Amino acid sequence: MSSPLRPVAASLDPLTRTADSPASLFGHYELDRVFDEMFDAPAHARPHYQALVDELAAVSLDEMRRRQIEADRAFLTQGITFTVYGDAQGTERIFPFDLLPRIVTAREWDTLERGLAQRLIAINLFLKDIYNDGRILAEGVVPRELVFSCRHYRREMRGVRVHRDVYVSVAGTDLVRLEDGRFVVLEDNLRVPSGVSYMLANRAVTKRVFPGLFNKYNVRPIAHYGQALLATLRALAPQDRSDPTIVVLTPGVGNSAYFEHAFLAREMGISLVEGRDLLVHDTIVYMRTTSGLRRVDVIYRRVDDDFLDPLAFRSESHLGVAGLLNAYRAGNVSVVNAIGTGVADDKAVYAYLPAIIRFYLSEEPILSNVDTYLCGNASDRQYVLDHLDSLVVKAVGESGGYGMLVGPHSTAAQRDEFRNLILAEPRNFIAQPTLALSRAACFVGSGVEPRHVDLRPYVLYGEKVTTVPGGLTRVALRKGSLVVNSSQGGGSKDTWVLLE
Amino acid sequence: MLLSRVADSLYWISRYLERAEHTARLVDVARDLGLDRAAAARSRAIDRLYMSLGLPNADGEQSLVRLALFDSSHRNSVAACVLAARENARQVREEISSDMWEQINDLFLRVRKLQEASAGGRTHYVSRVIVEGVHLFAGITDATMGHSEGWQYLQAGCFLERAASTATLLDAFLVEKDDTGPAALDQADWVALLRSCSALEGYCRRYTADVRPERVTEFLLLDAECPRSIRFAATKLEAALIAIARYTGRPSGGRAERLSGRLRASLDYGQVDEILSDDPHAYLANVSRQCAQIHSAVYQSYISYSIDTALPA
Repeated sequence: MSSPLRPVAASLDPLTRTADSPASLFGHYELDRVFDEMFDAPAHARPHYQALVDELAAVSLDEMRRRQIEADRAFLTQGITFTVYGDAQGTERIFPFDLLPRIVTAREWDTLERGLAQRLIAINLFLKDIYNDGRILAEGVVPRELVFSCRHYRREMRGVRVHRDVYVSVAGTDLVRLEDGRFVVLEDNLRVPSGVSYMLANRAVTKRVFPGLFNKYNVRPIAHYGQALLATLRALAPQDRSDPTIVVLTPGVGNSAYFEHAFLAREMGISLVEGRDLLVHDTIVYMRTTSGLRRVDVIYRRVDDDFLDPLAFRSESHLGVAGLLNAYRAGNVSVVNAIGTGVADDKAVYAYLPAIIRFYLSEEPILSNVDTYLCGNASDRQYVLDHLDSLVVKAVGESGGYGMLVGPHSTAAQRDEFRNLILAEPRNFIAQPTLALSRAACFVGSGVEPRHVDLRPYVLYGEKVTTVPGGLTRVALRKGSLVVNSSQGGGSKDTWVLLE
Repeated sequence: MLLSRVADSLYWISRYLERAEHTARLVDVARDLGLDRAAAARSRAIDRLYMSLGLPNADGEQSLVRLALFDSSHRNSVAACVLAARENARQVREEISSDMWEQINDLFLRVRKLQEASAGGRTHYVSRVIVEGVHLFAGITDATMGHSEGWQYLQAGCFLERAASTATLLDAFLVEKDDTGPAALDQADWVALLRSCSALEGYCRRYTADVRPERVTEFLLLDAECPRSIRFAATKLEAALIAIARYTGRPSGGRAERLSGRLRASLDYGQVDEILSDDPHAYLANVSRQCAQIHSAVYQSYISYSIDTALPA
């Protein structure tokens, strides 16, 4: 998640106080108006965090450091690492892990679960609609040109019958909690969301370093994610074939998420294949095994659309399988997620998600979006141009922090540049207010301090929508930082959903 | 069920490691024995070494050590073999145990460090690092990986490589018959050959320390128990290929098993006096050729088979 958010200068804020700590570990725990996951007032823990605070009161700093070392070693020895690009030496690093779990109450989770399911169902109806009848476009709820001009829109998917009409079966939705304690959706990841292996690994390691704590809480299990994913993929087998062959398609060892691909294949007990292991003959996909060719029914692909089939998309790609699109269109193989789902996580389409939910489901959205101003609308545009110094402006087709203006950190020259860009191509830009993410308690080496976090639950959709109760809580481990990406000093922590 | 690509990588991991070990041991023994010998005998020994490793004789001993151990551009050098083995292991990390991966990665890092330090002068030490590293990998493989189809490819690669490289090495000692004859080799040369195969102690137990060319040949070619003899390797190779055929549900009597069975049987019933009086060079060349045929048969059956023949009718 690369959304730039205004750092809240805690020490300057009049509300800032040090939480009177039950133990010296909390000596530098600062609170301000940003939502704190652990404390609702100085020295007053939220009820569901009380047992954790009590546990920490009984643990010395040295003991915490020892547990941190133990945890880091567990990640390294289990090979839970990511590859550093451009390093021929095969150096692998661990994704920094924070010891303290982030706790979500049953009530909060109930809302999240219903909201995520509602959102995913609407997204799938939307994708089916835009690749077939285009009802929502004809009625003008979502502008036609917005959809057709999207970089991830795939003409090749027009009229293709997708099994069960499920386009997005694996979604990773990024949520943030605002100052009033509400969770809102920051973005949907509907192509090849990653990170679920860290969710599972974090739990395994937390069990190892805080075994006693689990007795004081009723934490819902997440270890069945592999089975749930397998059941989802099985449900999507073409022609409901009874004993389908399911594979995970990886770009290969060079990919930074290769560990996760191998991990998921092992968890599900299925083969991890590369493009060169597969071939298409008469619109049937086969994999080459020592026992001969074996028909493949479902491909859980971790390769982007662009690289999936050199005959249909980028011809220079060696990662995909020639002829895969035709096999897919013929209905002989399921590709999960479907091709062309990126339209629905486009930044401008995101702004229409509440309208999309209302249109297909006739329901109010359970989870809100972050307020988004579309520069294509005259009134929104005027507001954006008047408030460039406080908003975040993003180009809709870009990602990874490119084509972005962070108002509060910008210079007058940059604002002028964006003013011109917006006026020249208004539809290409959106703007959002600068947000203050909630903070969760983290062990930082010298004690426990709050750090900004987000939350990415993983939602599955095969026969029905299921969300494994948990998710990946990403942490901006650098003090004051709002960037949770692993490349920028981000880490992650275990996420507990309580049974109540 | 095993992907062909995975089988391919497993097969080459052990082939490359076996090759690295063989080369390292050879270089070490040659250096060691060369130290206290007359210049002529020493230079002939070095020539033989170049020949058995398939290297061009550039300029004597120093460059041999550099070429055979550290020259990554020469694909049979120890450094190149260890790198290739690790690359193959990296491609199939989820198929091998973490302990195996850690061991092969560790070996790679150590070799690279020695390469950077150009530790050519410490031939013995370098050789020990490699031989021990490969042995440790083999032990870890046996102890931590399921002895299933994938494991059989590791076995097949190792023993095919061993049969072929021992044949080439033995040939380098017997081929001199044409000019000076094996008689020109002294006792020390045959001891060196046995030591290159870690077979000196085994030989002594079998035949006493009386080292004779025909006995050395018999031991390295036809002995059933010496783990580096060609017959021993052929027996293990055949067993691995039969197991693979069973795992893949192929009807018995496939090309790879038949070829390996024939090689093993010819060694089972071979007579060393006949082989030596006939044409030992041709005999060993034939062993090498059969090894190459077995390799192709494995590929044709399991790895790069033609799609037409494999498509369901």
